Amino acid sequence: MWAELVASPLFGIALTMAVYLLAQLLYRRIGRVWANPVLVAIVTIVLLLKGSGIDYRDYSRGGDLLLFLLGPSVVALAVPLYQRRADILQHKRPILVGIFAGSLVSIVCACGLAWLLGGSRAVILSLAPKSVTMPIAISITAKIGGVAPLTAALVVLTGCLGAVCGPEFCRLIGIRSAAATGLAMGTAAHGIGTARMFEINRLAGAVAGLAIGLNGLMTTFLLPLLIYLTGL
Amino acid sequence: MLFFQLCGEILSRLFDLPFPGNVLGMALLLIALRTGLVKIKWLEEAAEMLLSNMALFFVPAGVGVMVYGDLIAAEWLPITVATVLSTFAVMAVTGLIAQKLDVGGSKDVG
Repeated sequence: MWAELVASPLFGIALTMAVYLLAQLLYRRIGRVWANPVLVAIVTIVLLLKGSGIDYRDYSRGGDLLLFLLGPSVVALAVPLYQRRADILQHKRPILVGIFAGSLVSIVCACGLAWLLGGSRAVILSLAPKSVTMPIAISITAKIGGVAPLTAALVVLTGCLGAVCGPEFCRLIGIRSAAATGLAMGTAAHGIGTARMFEINRLAGAVAGLAIGLNGLMTTFLLPLLIYLTGL
Repeated sequence: MLFFQLCGEILSRLFDLPFPGNVLGMALLLIALRTGLVKIKWLEEAAEMLLSNMALFFVPAGVGVMVYGDLIAAEWLPITVATVLSTFAVMAVTGLIAQKLDVGGSKDVG
């Protein structure tokens, strides 16, 4: 009976939601950025699966259904972009130039460093979209031949790193404007960074949300071009 | 939204474009909203629900990494260095450029 239950998609979905809810409660209790619910939930589920000897394929039957919802979530990003179109148009030059530069630096810097340190092609390609929001990053990596789960982990790690250190780092290097900090956080650390900015300053959070969508678009278009140019 | 994703997927496959279907779907939806073909009211609630629960959908993707434990262990150095340094580089470049070009909202971050 147990084997049957575990093999049904219900198991993966229920486990993911239960652990995620607990992780969220824990995050609210502790209130520390390093207790990021996504990170905590992933580590917990991996440990549970390893500890109980449940096959990853059994888990993924349900997990994949949740993962599927990332697709329409990307399409849904069009809604906040549309709602903020007036702000975007008013400041389009700094926003576009800033995010474009960030997108380019992210790809070149991550891939370049990995290449210099002897990373394999799969790792280099999986690193490329790591500053992009998860659903877009997964689609990009699948399209260019990276390893989707590796990209997923790197996206989460990048997001947590940015959310934990981002605001302090920005202040340290002399970024004082709230909007500029939000743009930097959204471009470098996507949704997890944006959530942190909303805790600090509403304007910065809104700008960060905008940067998620635009960076996703720019990386989507830049990356195939760069891969073509460098012949990777 | 599923409909727009489907249209995006079809476009992506049909013309063998290097862009994922869901990003094309997002662009199509933006155009549809802009031209008034689709009213924002129809979507607002569903979009809000998806976006506010987006973090949950990340979790299975992250769990999938356990299958690739060996690949990560073998190349942990390039992975770690590239991830950490490039994240800070992006923040510095984007933030400083935006501030220089005056993105507005010059109020100090509290």
